[in-house]
Amino acid sequence: MSTSTQTRPTDPAGGGTSGTQRLTFAKAINLGLRRALESDPKVLLMGEDIGRLGGVFRVTDGLQKDFGEDRVVDTPLAESGIVGTAIGLALRGYRPVCEIQFDGFIFPAYDQITTQLSKMHYRSKGRLTLPVVIRVPYGGGIGAVEHHSESPEVLFAHTAGLRVVSPSSPVEAYRMIQQAVASPDPVLFFEPKGRYWEKGDVDLDAAPDGPLLDKARIVRPGTDVTLVAHGPTVQTALKAAETAAAEGTSIEVVDLRALSPLDTATVAESVRRTGRCVVVHEAPVLYGTGAEVAARITEECFYHLQSPVLRVGGFHAPYPVAKIEHDYLPGLDRVLDAVERALAF
Amino acid sequence: MSQTGPLTDDGLVQLLTPTGERTPHPELDARVAHLDADALRAMYRDMVLVRRFDTEATSLQRQGELALFAQSLGQEAAQIGSAHAMTARDHVFPSYREHGVAHARGVDMADVLRLFRGVDHGGWDPVAHGFHLYTLVIGSHTLHATGYAMGLQRDGLVGTGDAERDSAVVVYFGDGATAQGDVNEALVFAAVNNAPVVFFCQNNQWAISEPTTKQARVPLADRGPGFGVPSVRVDGNDVLATYAVTQWALERARSGGGPTFVEAFTYRMGAHTTSDDPTRYRSSAEEEYWRRRDPIDRLRLHLEQVGELPAEFVAQVADDADRLGERIRTEVRAMGRPSPASMFDHVYATPHSVVDAERAWFERYEASFDAGSTSEGSHR
Repeated sequence: MSTSTQTRPTDPAGGGTSGTQRLTFAKAINLGLRRALESDPKVLLMGEDIGRLGGVFRVTDGLQKDFGEDRVVDTPLAESGIVGTAIGLALRGYRPVCEIQFDGFIFPAYDQITTQLSKMHYRSKGRLTLPVVIRVPYGGGIGAVEHHSESPEVLFAHTAGLRVVSPSSPVEAYRMIQQAVASPDPVLFFEPKGRYWEKGDVDLDAAPDGPLLDKARIVRPGTDVTLVAHGPTVQTALKAAETAAAEGTSIEVVDLRALSPLDTATVAESVRRTGRCVVVHEAPVLYGTGAEVAARITEECFYHLQSPVLRVGGFHAPYPVAKIEHDYLPGLDRVLDAVERALAF
Repeated sequence: MSQTGPLTDDGLVQLLTPTGERTPHPELDARVAHLDADALRAMYRDMVLVRRFDTEATSLQRQGELALFAQSLGQEAAQIGSAHAMTARDHVFPSYREHGVAHARGVDMADVLRLFRGVDHGGWDPVAHGFHLYTLVIGSHTLHATGYAMGLQRDGLVGTGDAERDSAVVVYFGDGATAQGDVNEALVFAAVNNAPVVFFCQNNQWAISEPTTKQARVPLADRGPGFGVPSVRVDGNDVLATYAVTQWALERARSGGGPTFVEAFTYRMGAHTTSDDPTRYRSSAEEEYWRRRDPIDRLRLHLEQVGELPAEFVAQVADDADRLGERIRTEVRAMGRPSPASMFDHVYATPHSVVDAERAWFERYEASFDAGSTSEGSHR
């Protein structure tokens, strides 16, 4: 087995790996992974097509060239195998970062994730830790065929032992992926693939303000309604806030960042000020994140609420064909409609 | 003929006949030549102790002291032979019936019952013993074993030529597991990575009530070559043969030769677990056939034939077995109930606000009974 280089390779796309850069979401994750590979020789990436191709979304572009085939590993086409062998590698002291090519393909690995990965620390009474990250490009809006646009994040948030997070911007993605790799707990890292090409300024050297995997953040302050989102819908929520502002409504946008743990405190603090709450996500509404947030906010903020907590999300139907997917996804109009309904109480 | 397939010894690697005669084997004789009478007696002792453990645990289950138990009765040679072929540096991934291997790896047999008693999801330190926790989801751990073996490669512990460094992995699973996707994926990963892992399939003929013929239309050992993994079919009731074959496979793995699939053809003489009733699905004729191939009898007959089984040794082993049984009975009964709040321990390696909040609520709730008041607040 070859050993990895310890020197910091230069970014083939130019610009190096320091300073503030304007990066796409995908590139921000790429640089975050590069940092993780540089800082810990035990980190390795594994997945289908992540090596020479750089992943179907090019998130791992150039990493195999710089870190070698033993650290950026093209695996057989077998999701359970990827996660199962990652568990074994973690038991041997490695920190595998698995890429599941698309959301709908995580199900062959569901058993390994929920019956094995999530419970090994627990059933070993803390003797074994599994610092495994599973990266999942998820969500819709890219005109894909079936099984390529789903939002299965709550299935994993429902399982104790897993951390489930989703970044909403390039800078968040860059920082959160590094914290995910450094976490001693297994992390399901849901990447909103519809946002991969959106750009943002990323200070590659600035230290993040605290642990990002546990805490929600207020992305935009407001006074009339709290809009709760995560991953791909954070940008939708921000657009809704902008549009509503033009009509005199002040929307506060909260990015959950993590579904497990769920930072109810930050949401509740916001709702106590605004008195109204709308939760938006791409996954179906039935038993979804919105249900969880609504229940917790109702318990926590009952006497502060001016209206019931409302939910906007996908329908209880399989993700539809691409030509009508925007009728399924919670877009600007449906979000603003819910905000109006909340204000009308 | 039984529906478990042809009950012949054809095609199996065998060094001891069912009546204990040593049969020569051109390739494997050299691998057992160093096993003197003491080494064989140690295997005999281990097999007797494990069988006594099985008997005791089954009784404890019948007495309501264990929720469930899965016997290894009849599979002692497969387990003890293979386990004696390992070094302390090798790492084992068992399923849930590998009590013999656990014993050989130095796990306290009482601790094996912590899982079945319902006081622990594990019971021993897997790192200290190089023996992973039992895995109940069939075949899952074959992937963990393969990944672990890939880690050994990356750690530079394979093919160094230094016998003090080279290491490998053995994973145990049953005939039913070979039908699982994970086992097939593990063979793929192990083959393409040339991982130092020995796939040790104990074909005990039955996956609960389903015979092997419901899992495969070919001998299980025929699976390996399709993956590029050499396979051996060994008489699993012959402790000398399972030792020799495993030693060969481990040496291959440690030296960088890659994975091997071993099918140990054996028989689960008991039920699948204490929950099922094998009389509903198999014949007494079949059981009788296998009783005549009892792994402990086979080694006993051999040692008697070569004049290496003194009566005092047999008596001592029987005494040790009885004392093991007594100790296990006492210790299992004394296993205390964990504190209820311990359910929140080790869910995560780092603090998780939901777990912390639920623990705090639970502790307040419990305390409220002591204080004689009702609890307040939500359990988040």
